[in-house]
Amino acid sequence: MSSREKILSAIKNNQPALTPMPHIEYFTQPFTNVVEKYKMVLQSIGGTVQEVNNIAAIIEALKIQFKDAGRIITVVNAFAEYAEIYTQNDDPHKLDNVDIAIINAHFGVAENGAVWVTEAILQERVLPFICQHLVAVINKQDIVATLQEAYDKIAGTSYGFGTFIAGPSKTADIEQSLVLGAHGPKTMTIFILNTVD
Amino acid sequence: MQHNNKDHATLAATFNVDEPRVNWHDETLWFVRQKRDKAVHILPEWEALRETASQIKNNVLSNLNAYLLQFEKNAQQNGITVHWAADDNEHNQLIHSILQQNEISRIVKSKSMLTEECHLNDYLKQVGIDVVDTDLGERIVQLADEAPSHIVLPCIHWKKEEIGELFHQYLGTPKGNADPQFLTAAARDHLREKFLTRRAAITGVNFAIAETGEFVVCTNEGNADMGAHLADVHIACMGIEKIIPLQKHLGVFLRILTRSATGQPITTYSSHFKQPRKGQQLHIVIVDNGRSRQLGRDDFRSSLKCIRCAACFNTCPVYRRSGGHSYHTAIAGPIGSILAPNLDMKQYADLPFASTLCGSCTNVCPVKIDIHQQLYKWRQVLVKEGYAPTAKKIAMKGMAVTLSSPGIYKLAGKLGRWVIKNLPFMVNNKFNPWYKQRDLPSSPKQSFGEWYAKNRK
Ligand code: SF4
Repeated sequence: MSSREKILSAIKNNQPALTPMPHIEYFTQPFTNVVEKYKMVLQSIGGTVQEVNNIAAIIEALKIQFKDAGRIITVVNAFAEYAEIYTQNDDPHKLDNVDIAIINAHFGVAENGAVWVTEAILQERVLPFICQHLVAVINKQDIVATLQEAYDKIAGTSYGFGTFIAGPSKTADIEQSLVLGAHGPKTMTIFILNTVD
Repeated sequence: MQHNNKDHATLAATFNVDEPRVNWHDETLWFVRQKRDKAVHILPEWEALRETASQIKNNVLSNLNAYLLQFEKNAQQNGITVHWAADDNEHNQLIHSILQQNEISRIVKSKSMLTEECHLNDYLKQVGIDVVDTDLGERIVQLADEAPSHIVLPCIHWKKEEIGELFHQYLGTPKGNADPQFLTAAARDHLREKFLTRRAAITGVNFAIAETGEFVVCTNEGNADMGAHLADVHIACMGIEKIIPLQKHLGVFLRILTRSATGQPITTYSSHFKQPRKGQQLHIVIVDNGRSRQLGRDDFRSSLKCIRCAACFNTCPVYRRSGGHSYHTAIAGPIGSILAPNLDMKQYADLPFASTLCGSCTNVCPVKIDIHQQLYKWRQVLVKEGYAPTAKKIAMKGMAVTLSSPGIYKLAGKLGRWVIKNLPFMVNNKFNPWYKQRDLPSSPKQSFGEWYAKNRK
C-alpha cells in the first residue's frame, strides 16, 4: 500500500461520525463609515492613507513623499508620465532594484486595513514584496466592512495567486519591538480615489 | 540542536535560575496576551466566530478523508504536484528527492512548524543541503543552533543584546549595537541575498481549501512570498488537519487567527497560492506523522483543530515562566503537551503534568479546544499505561486519598495551616518540589470549609 492509501484509510477508519457544516453568519459591524474605519485601521498598522480626486493628485503627492526616489515602476498605464511601465518578463529577480512600485488593488477591507490583489493586477507575483515602498490605489466605493464580505467578492473569480496586503512588512521578533520593513516594503501608501458617481 | 532526556521540571528549573530573566519572559508574553485581548474585545461577534470556527473544524475532522481527496483533485487540476508522507522520515526524504531532481543544494525556508516537528533542517544538513530560515526569529535561533521556543515568536527567549552579539559574530554588525531597527535592517540585507540566489523555497501552509485546491500562507515579514515568488521550485508542507472545506471559511479563520496570535487584525500578508507561477514547479507535501492516530482518540482528537495561533502559550502561567525549550518538543505550550504524547507517550509523559489546569488556555483558544481538560485526561491515560513520572505518582496517590475522604481532607487542611504558621521550614525546604520558585502565602486563619460553615446561614 502506498503512503497515500495508508494515510487515507487510517483517516477513514478513525474519523468520527459526520457533524454538520455550520451556517456562516454575517455580523453587523459597530462602524458604519467603512472609509473612515479603513483609514483608521490602516494607520494603526503602520500604513499611510490619503483620499484624492484624480491620478494627477497622486503623482503630486508621491513627488513630495518620495523626493529622492530611485527606480519607480508601475503596472498602471495612467502613471506612465511618472513611472516606468512594467510588463512581465522572464526574470522577477530584476525587480530587486525597484524603489517604488505603484499598483491598483481590487478592493480594501475596513476591519483590517488590507487590500486584495491578484496576479492579473501585479504582472509579477513578487512585485509588491520586493519593492522598498509600495503604493496602491483603490476606488472609494470598493471598500467592504469585513473579511467575510471580502470573500463574497472573491468567490468565483479566477487567479493563480492572490494576496491580502495589510500595511508595510513588519517584524517584532527582537524583544517585541515593532520594526517596519522586514523583508518586504518599508512603507505602504494607499490612495483612495474619489470617483464621480 | 538540543536533544536530551531531561524532563520539563528539570529544564524549567534551569530556566528559572535567572529570576529577572524569567520575569522579563513572563511579562513580554503577557504583553502579547493583552494585545490579543484588546483586539478581540472590539469585535462583538468574537464568541460567535469562535463557535463557527470550532464547528467548521469539527466538520473537517468528521469528513477529513473526503476533503483531502477533494483538495488533492483540485490542486492537481490547478497544476500543483501533490505528495503524501506517512511520517517525518518520508516527508524529509520526499523533499530531498525533489531537490535532487532539480539539482538544488541551497534553499530558503519560511516558518513551518511541521518541518520543525520532522527535524527537516537536521536531515537536510546531513545530506549536504544548506537551509536558510528566513523568518527573522527563526534565523536568529538557527544561527545560534537552537530550536524555536515559541511557534509564533521563535526567539522570544532572546534579549536584544544577545542578538546584537550573535549578529556581530555571524553578520558582521558592529559590536555592542543592540538596536532592533538596526539589527532587523542587517538581517534584511543578509537574507535578501539568499532570496535572490536560492532556487528552491519551502513554506508552511496555514489553510488548504478543499473546494478550490488553493492554500494560504500568512506572514508579517513577507519572507514566504519573497522565497516562493523568486524560486524555481516551491515546496509547501502541510499536516493533514490544515484542510478547510470552503473558500469562504477563510473569512472566519483569518478573522480570528492573527487577533489571537499578536492582536493584529490580520497578518500583513495572507497569500493564496492556487497555481504555480509560469515556469515554476509547485509541490505540496501532505503529512500524517501520527495525526490519523490522534484522530482516532476520542478524548484528544479535537487537538487537531488547532490553527497554531499560540494564544494558549502566551496566556499559560507555566509556559511563561518555564520557557519553550523546557517542553523538549517542536510545539511547546499547552497544545504541544497534548500533541506530543500522541507521538511518544514515554518520552513526553511529563508534558501533560506541566500545567496548573487553570483553564486559561481553553478560554482563549479561538477554535474552542478544551485544552486543559485534555491535559487532565492525558494524565490519567499516562498513569494507567504506566508512564507517569515517579514523583507525580506518589504525590497523586496522596492527593487521591486526601480528596476522597472528607475527614482526612479537613484534617490535612488544618494541619497544613498549622504547619505553614508554626513550622514553615517543613514546607519551604528544598525537598519539597512544590516550594521551588514559589513564595509561601501567609496561612489563612480559617479554612474555606470553616468559613463556608459559618457564613452559609
Ligand atoms: S490550541 Fe488553540 S490557542 Fe493554542 S495554538 Fe492552537 S488554536 Fe491557538
